[in-house]
Amino acid sequence: MSRNLIFGALLSAVFLLAALVSFVWTPYDFTALNIPARLQTPNLTHLLGTDHFGRDILSLIMVGARTSIAVALVAVGIGMGLGIPLGLWAAARRGSLIDEIIMRGNDLVFAFPSLVIAILITAVFGAGAINAIIAIGIFNIPVFARITRGAALSLWEREFILAARVAGKSAARISVEHILPNVTNLLIVQGTIQFSLGILAEAGLSYVGLGAQPPLPSWGRMLADAQTMVSIAPHMALMPGFAIILTVLGLNLMGDGLRDYLDPRLRVART
Amino acid sequence: MLRYALKRFLSLVISLAVASLVIFAVIEIAPGDPASYMLGMNAQPETLASLRSELGLDQSRPERYFNWITGMLGGDFGTSYTYRTPVADMVAQRLWVSLPLALYALALSTLIAFPAGIYAAARRGKAGDISVMGATQLGVAIPNFWFAMMLVLLFAIKLRWFSAGGFAGWDKGFFAGIRSLTLPAIALALPQAAILARVMRSSLLDVLGEDFMRTARAKGLTARQALWRHGLRNAMIPVLTIIGLQFSFLLAGGIIIEQVFYLPGLGRLIFQSISARDLIVVESVTMLLVFAVIFVNFAVDLAYAAVDPRLRART
Repeated sequence: MSRNLIFGALLSAVFLLAALVSFVWTPYDFTALNIPARLQTPNLTHLLGTDHFGRDILSLIMVGARTSIAVALVAVGIGMGLGIPLGLWAAARRGSLIDEIIMRGNDLVFAFPSLVIAILITAVFGAGAINAIIAIGIFNIPVFARITRGAALSLWEREFILAARVAGKSAARISVEHILPNVTNLLIVQGTIQFSLGILAEAGLSYVGLGAQPPLPSWGRMLADAQTMVSIAPHMALMPGFAIILTVLGLNLMGDGLRDYLDPRLRVART
Repeated sequence: MLRYALKRFLSLVISLAVASLVIFAVIEIAPGDPASYMLGMNAQPETLASLRSELGLDQSRPERYFNWITGMLGGDFGTSYTYRTPVADMVAQRLWVSLPLALYALALSTLIAFPAGIYAAARRGKAGDISVMGATQLGVAIPNFWFAMMLVLLFAIKLRWFSAGGFAGWDKGFFAGIRSLTLPAIALALPQAAILARVMRSSLLDVLGEDFMRTARAKGLTARQALWRHGLRNAMIPVLTIIGLQFSFLLAGGIIIEQVFYLPGLGRLIFQSISARDLIVVESVTMLLVFAVIFVNFAVDLAYAAVDPRLRART
């Protein structure tokens, strides 16, 4: 296993753990306002300092991790849940009209500026975590459809698939029993990358006020709150920023590491 | 080539048609009637009705869609509900901020990414490569709006080299305008530069393994000469696609950065219109951005096909 993979997995695990622990314990109640203790820089009682309402930033970041992870995870789930079947279907019927329709539909979604459409969706249907998930999830569908189809196409030419066809299995069954297990590695790697993009997207949407709504803490909203305070309390902006960067960095390194680890051919080629 | 261009043009038209339908549909199902929003809670039904007909809201949906599309094709983007001015004028005014910002960021991104990517590829596996790649990993992970806030903190609040936000206006001179766009452009460019540097590096590495590079070395060129004369040109194809994609991303991605710096660009226009429920502005500006993105992709595809005949045959 590469250093990238180990380091990335550790970083991601820290934030996952922080999110899980926040369900049962946070250093302070993240909703508790404590005005006398406001805008404290990091110290021993408040490890990451406090915000303009005196809320403990570490607690907010822990609960915020929950929001980020939940939004990104469900968005990846939407992308995989719809994208993979579409990709398998297109590959099974390669060259047919349905393949053409699926792929052109993909191109179309790809061509949309995702951020603009995410803003449009959340603006029209109301800001909130659910609409943010949908907006981010829609743009994950073509990513997974394309990757699945691409990998499945070359598999369809292989002997073991031919053998399965000779044995009388239907295209749908072959797709599920033989194609899918062989593209799983690729999908896991892509899933990690989309997950990190989802966290960035959620932060961006929340920052402009279209993501998670109060009182639900989110890293993007913490940054929006920090913006007007940045000259007197820079730590309010630094801490959630570091949380986003470290999580995304961890996921990306893990994705890169996983790709090398799961594909032995690449391991040889790269060294 | 003509056949390929026609085919791509057809798919451009279809993309735009579908995109416009989607945007129209989303705006149509948006809750809230603009007319009652404008007149407030206590509006008389008659005034409401007359305003609705003035705004064209009493027409049927297909009629409104048709009017919107034909209007946009002729450069008429409708009239803003709140400002009562033509949307086209508002857009034109805002474009003077958003477009230079995107171009500025693109220039910065390319200026950073090219040397970084070429350097990393030339020193593959050595310390220089590893540190450049490490830096790009970090660059990809940093949210640009957070980076923007940090730039403001350092260069505007602590060092006072730039203003923290706002736009000086081009009438104050070219440099005043450029100055107010510098921090936003850097913030926008950084993550893009990281991506571009990675693409540049891997594309160059692919080319370096080609037979013609070995031939170039065999005929007596040094590694450096071979890289500059033969490597770079051939590595440019994937790099150009990414640059094309980045331009449209920068134009659309400026939306959030404009919020950080209070720049009066298209992004702020969209947000202001959303909160004022000025849906015709939201609709037209979104469509315009989508058009820009799809059109740039189309242009990049054509540019490619012109450069590389193999691509024409493939599709």
